[in-house]
Amino acid sequence: MARMATTKQVVVSTIGAWFFGFLIFFPILWMVLASFKTELEAFAIPPSFLFFHWTTENYATVQERSDYFQHALNSVIIAGGSTLIALLIAIPAAWSMAFSPTKRTKDILLWMLSTKMMPPVGVLVPIYLIYKTFGLLDSRIGLIFILCLGNLPIVIWMLFTYFKEIPRDILEAARMDGATIGRELIYVLTPMAIPGLASTMLLNLILAWNEAFWTLNLSTSNAAPLTTFIASYSSPEGLFWAKLSAASTLAIAPILVLGWFSQKQLVRGLTFGAVK
Amino acid sequence: MGQITLQDVQKSFGPVHIIKGADLEIADGSFVVFVGPSGCGKTTLLRLIAGLEDVSGGKILIDGKNVVDTPPAKRGLSMVFQSYALYPHMSVRGNIGFGLKMAGLSKDETNRKVEAAAATLNLTPYLDRKPRELSGGQRQRVAIGRAIVREPKAFLFDEPLSNLDAALRVQMRIEVTRLQKQLGTTAIYVTHDQVEAMTMADKIVVLNGGKIEQYGSPLDLYEKPANLFVAGFIGSPKMNLVTGEHALQKGAATIGVRPEHLKIERDGTGGWQGTIAVAEHLGSDTFLYVDAGPLGMLTARYIGELSLHAGDHVSLVPDPARIHRFDASGNALRG
Repeated sequence: MARMATTKQVVVSTIGAWFFGFLIFFPILWMVLASFKTELEAFAIPPSFLFFHWTTENYATVQERSDYFQHALNSVIIAGGSTLIALLIAIPAAWSMAFSPTKRTKDILLWMLSTKMMPPVGVLVPIYLIYKTFGLLDSRIGLIFILCLGNLPIVIWMLFTYFKEIPRDILEAARMDGATIGRELIYVLTPMAIPGLASTMLLNLILAWNEAFWTLNLSTSNAAPLTTFIASYSSPEGLFWAKLSAASTLAIAPILVLGWFSQKQLVRGLTFGAVK
Repeated sequence: MGQITLQDVQKSFGPVHIIKGADLEIADGSFVVFVGPSGCGKTTLLRLIAGLEDVSGGKILIDGKNVVDTPPAKRGLSMVFQSYALYPHMSVRGNIGFGLKMAGLSKDETNRKVEAAAATLNLTPYLDRKPRELSGGQRQRVAIGRAIVREPKAFLFDEPLSNLDAALRVQMRIEVTRLQKQLGTTAIYVTHDQVEAMTMADKIVVLNGGKIEQYGSPLDLYEKPANLFVAGFIGSPKMNLVTGEHALQKGAATIGVRPEHLKIERDGTGGWQGTIAVAEHLGSDTFLYVDAGPLGMLTARYIGELSLHAGDHVSLVPDPARIHRFDASGNALRG
């Protein structure tokens, strides 16, 4: 017999879910609220929740002082570019590991993931020097390159997991049907893996969009994405909470909208392997 | 044309020897069934012919040309998989036509051929459906359609009917056989079901432990099994095998008699005496499982109804002309 939830259980779990959902969402809400306060109110103790003097002055100031659209464009190019390149490398890599594994495939996968175990700061100096030598500092290409490499292990792992779920028989059928490896990838594997590809792409976009270590260290103005834009308001001196909040709200808005429209893919992406 | 020849084909996965030197000559247009217990290497042998696995040694000739280094796409064979392996994101039309598209046929030509194949297989109303909207039998038909539309040199079937229910399996068995005869294309069919093998094949290859035990027509295998393994594997119910004194009298280590070649006598005194342990009455046949003491359990088959029941005493008289004799190493003795 199927287990049926009683009305009481439904009510309790719904209230619980909303409560925890709100708890998790609260910092973002607080940030958005703070961005509409004056600097003094943003700092006030006790803080006012809704009854304060609403103002959009912070947004105007932020836009005036630093060019939001320039940073946003950089973010789009860097996050989009690094995701695209990562996928182009990861699809064939994951394909080969999923469908013609060797004795060492497991080791290679683990080795790739191990690169994520080291804190990035550990290689900051060598990377910085390499970038300086090759003139890649504060360049979009340089940031695309480093973010792509940084996220590549995760992208390959995710795609590998998706590809593993695709029955081998179907690819063999394509081979019997006369498809070359390239056509097998284009006509059979990729369309079947679209849900997986989409969620991997989204997750990688979000990771790259929010990446703040390399972007802050390797860019100053020309290539600076939104993370740098926010950071410029996080100053040890002066009172910039409201402006910082306004900058942050502006920075997360595009990715939040994207995430909202792709919730379904994203949830599947984040729970891959767990649900069928 | 689709003549396939195997010359000392070997396959190992690491230290494990799966195929231990297979020699086989498959004539153009014939229907050959690979049969054997699970793990005997029959699917591996089929995959070697398909090119989905690389051989570890030996040659595979298709129309006289060695293809061991030819990729599957270029061997001119088509395959029907156990799981059907349809492309889930394509319609029936797309599935059947995929091979033609890969071969670079024009859209019109592809459509014409796909529609002809669909008509042969009664799939016309389903051409624009996706595989998930089809029943098991229809999916199977699509898989077969995908195989025939390319007009290959040979069809390879890997246990294609094992996912179907019993009634549908019998129906599809007949359809596949008829289709193959109609097209006259060579077919290699893998199954573990000896009834499928006996009913469909022109010739059967019995495999066991990576070796070909016997290659011959169904009746050859039934009437002249080359060894104890084939004797036991082909025929249902299984052949009775008797060792000891009775066998020695016939100058053999083991003798075998098929259940249908035992004459059943009530309260008889000749032949092999025993008590019925189980009697199965099917109307068309009666199967008796007889406890024959030192000879072990014997199975006897009577065509039609025989009113004998558990506990009755019977004697079973083997037909002297149909006793199979085997030496100590299990090989058949002739003459």
